Amino acid sequence: MIFLWAFVVGGLICVIGQILMDVFKLTPAHTTSSLVVVGAILDGLGLYEPLIEFAGAGATVPITSFGNALVHGAMAEAEKYGLIGVVTGIFEVTSAGISSAIIFSFIASLIFKSKG
Amino acid sequence: MSDKKKKKLTPIQQQYQDFALKREPKRQLLKNCLYAFFVGGGICLVGQGITQFYIHFFDFNEKTAGNPTSATLIFLSVIMTGLGFYDHIAQKAGAGTLIPVTGFANAMSSAAIEHRSEGYVLGVGGNMFKLAGSVIVFGVFSAFVIALIKVIFTKYLGGF
Repeated sequence: MIFLWAFVVGGLICVIGQILMDVFKLTPAHTTSSLVVVGAILDGLGLYEPLIEFAGAGATVPITSFGNALVHGAMAEAEKYGLIGVVTGIFEVTSAGISSAIIFSFIASLIFKSKG
Repeated sequence: MSDKKKKKLTPIQQQYQDFALKREPKRQLLKNCLYAFFVGGGICLVGQGITQFYIHFFDFNEKTAGNPTSATLIFLSVIMTGLGFYDHIAQKAGAGTLIPVTGFANAMSSAAIEHRSEGYVLGVGGNMFKLAGSVIVFGVFSAFVIALIKVIFTKYLGGF
């Protein structure tokens, strides 16, 4: 069942992105940035965690979960260390995504040549 | 085109603008949305499969499996970008490939590969975040503001 909801919720988030691009004429960079901010706000209101429980990868794979994870890391550290934790903990949870993107992209730039 | 800009144009230019506007291809909203839905949903479906894999064969649970899942998807997306497949799919799928975390990886790796000819430090290192940087900047800043507000409310003002 979780597979179906992952597909549907993930697809719907992408449709929201497509509508932002087509109807509101946003550039791809504006679209992704807006969705990240939306994800962060949803987590601030405590709404993103239930969505992840409901849809699994449908909520963790879209870029909105990046905003969610940033807030989550900041909040977890803030529980332990107080206000300073907001700054020290921001990348705590998203480390996997960002570091793997940097590492693999760099390796790719060593191996592949641009076709253009 | 905004009205302000339009007033500066000569009548001939205005005529041309109207002419061009009529011939601009219409964005096919429904078709684009369907493509985005199925491709984006498909990527999330693959992600769910990878999540289940990590839960069953490694020591992850539902909460922690998100991290290795996105790392795996990023890895796959970087390889597909390098081989040139990703851009083919992205042309049709629009937001379907842009919104999942694979789109973020695609933006970074394509910038890295493209600027390789300018050298590894100035080209690859300096341009890797050219497209993906805005996501990180706005994500981090909004997360900072939101977490700050939340911490002040829950910790120092004793909640609502």
